Amino acid sequence: MHILLVEDDPQMAEYLRKALVEAGAVVDRAADGREGLLMAAGSDYDVLILDRMLPGLDGLAIVRTLRASGNRTPVLFLSALGDVDDRVEGLRAGGDDYLIKPFAFSELQARVEALLRRGASETPETRLRVADLEMDLLKREVTRAGQPIQLQPREFRLLECLMRHAGRVVTRTMLLEQVWDYHFDPQTNVIDVHISRLRGKIDKDFDPPLLQTVRGAGYRLQAG
Amino acid sequence: MKAAAPARRLRARLARVARGSIFRLVLLYMLLLAGSVGILLGFIYWSTAGYMDRQTTETIEAEIRGLAEQYRRRGLVGLTALISERVARDPVGASVYLLVDERFERVVGNLDRWPSEPPDANGWIRFRLREWGTDHADEHEAHAQVFRLRNGLMLLVGRDVRDLEATRKLILDALTWGLAITLALALVGAWLMGTSLTRRLDAINQTSREIMEGDLTRRIPLSGSGDDFDRLADGLNRMLERIEALMASVRQVSDNIAHDLRTPLTRLRNKLELLAAALPESGEARLLAEQAIVDAEELLATFNALLRIARLESGSRRAAFGPVDLVPLIEDLVELYEPLAAEREQRLDWTAGASSIVVEGDRDLLFQVMANLVDNAIKYTQPGGHIRLAVETTDGLVQVQVADNGPGIPPEFREQVFRRFFRIDDSRATPGSGLGLSLVQAVVALHRAHIELADNAPGLRVSLSFGRVSQ
Repeated sequence: MHILLVEDDPQMAEYLRKALVEAGAVVDRAADGREGLLMAAGSDYDVLILDRMLPGLDGLAIVRTLRASGNRTPVLFLSALGDVDDRVEGLRAGGDDYLIKPFAFSELQARVEALLRRGASETPETRLRVADLEMDLLKREVTRAGQPIQLQPREFRLLECLMRHAGRVVTRTMLLEQVWDYHFDPQTNVIDVHISRLRGKIDKDFDPPLLQTVRGAGYRLQAG
Repeated sequence: MKAAAPARRLRARLARVARGSIFRLVLLYMLLLAGSVGILLGFIYWSTAGYMDRQTTETIEAEIRGLAEQYRRRGLVGLTALISERVARDPVGASVYLLVDERFERVVGNLDRWPSEPPDANGWIRFRLREWGTDHADEHEAHAQVFRLRNGLMLLVGRDVRDLEATRKLILDALTWGLAITLALALVGAWLMGTSLTRRLDAINQTSREIMEGDLTRRIPLSGSGDDFDRLADGLNRMLERIEALMASVRQVSDNIAHDLRTPLTRLRNKLELLAAALPESGEARLLAEQAIVDAEELLATFNALLRIARLESGSRRAAFGPVDLVPLIEDLVELYEPLAAEREQRLDWTAGASSIVVEGDRDLLFQVMANLVDNAIKYTQPGGHIRLAVETTDGLVQVQVADNGPGIPPEFREQVFRRFFRIDDSRATPGSGLGLSLVQAVVALHRAHIELADNAPGLRVSLSFGRVSQ
């Protein structure tokens, strides 16, 4: 996993670099926009992490230039500008995801992994499987250990999202964005209640529990 | 129908101009002007027509003095001779003479019979005069004085005032018309001044409304004439310039805060995260570090919410606006919050007046608003309570209601709950930042919508009204 990080704040960059390296990535860093664009265009990265506000050339301009030259590397924007318009602007310019500072590292990690995966799996899947939990995307059926499980449409989408990211952390914000398709700030953890309902259906009568809560980060669906 | 509309518009416009204080001021001025003109014209009439009256009287008196002189010196013969001479000299003229005997038979003069009208105490008489010696029966007025001589003889000396009356009438007509035209012109002037001033003030009012709605870039148009209104508008525009500059610098400061303060806060949070990860999983230090992360997150969340409200209130960010169907939005919202309500044994349901109700807005912000309202309703309504959402269209207005049967908000707090960090004392124990409703109000204002809190008897009913999107 080869990541280019374009971030002008040295401390922030160092923290991110360290954390990404620990997570198993190879990280190059550029301190300003111009350098970032040269590096991004010059070699093959798996993901670009760009700060929106950069000296020299801002993040939007970098993405526009890259996209115009046919470079499709997934881009994750980091920004202190917390407005809907900014996010929309970033995504319109060709960014793939948008993360507002401050963020938990787990949130960044989860999103970077999601971006990597998005690039990797080009073939559409029809069946998802985690341990003995199986999902048939065509028939829209879920079974665990061969027993059918009845799910509401939204629960189905929630489980699908978790299964597609099986083994990795999915944050609450990611679930809100991907399952409910709203970018907003819930004042209470509404997602937790949905998760516990889902857990009641897929984990209650089975062993081992698959749907895990990762404290301070989100949820993870995995065997063991 | 088509012809009625402009008439109605004109009537409405007239009514508006007539209501304005400018129009009343101009009208008052017009009345004062008409009064002064009336007094002036009255004086002109009195001095011209009165002068002519006095002239007539003086002429008659001079004639009488002449005749009296003759009579005293030469007796009746002299008087008769003088009258005959004067009549002969001017048979149909302006002077009237008649001398009659005791049987009112004419002795001499240019009047065929003694007038039937009685003279007043001073011997003055006004009578209708039939044109003497002409064919056409042309009656007009004459003034005369009557004298009683010896032997029962009576003398009448007077003047035909036909020309005088004609002149007097001419003057009166001219003055009446003058007054009428003055009034008409004054009325037209008042109307023109009233409308033009009203239009100028309307321009100022319109601009100030737009500015109050959040568009600080608006300026009052100048007429270019450099008049008082232009000077006023220029003054106001410069004030707006200053306010806008100040607002921009405040925004700049808050953006800088966002960038410069959030970065170190993020670092703090990140370091705590690294620290927590490095500590043994079950130790007390790990727990403290995790609590510190939660504290830092709360701090950042409050900070972010404040900045978000400030940015929304600046009102310039409507770029992400588009048509938003509120029906699926509310359906999603209820679907998202229903488990939370169920956990508190509350019922959460919704109704829609149509299958699709569209407003112009930002989908995520509208969802945020509804989420905040529903979240509050769930939080403050007792277990077993009932929360209802309704979206409907009435009279072209889209209305969204969130009603609960909880404790409600006392009327005296209904304005204050929108203030930042305001919390009713009873609710201080409930988790929350006190920014939820401030954010709601900022989003509502951005959408040019209205929010109203009312008593649901029991409970709280929040109503949002939006202008409808034409389809």
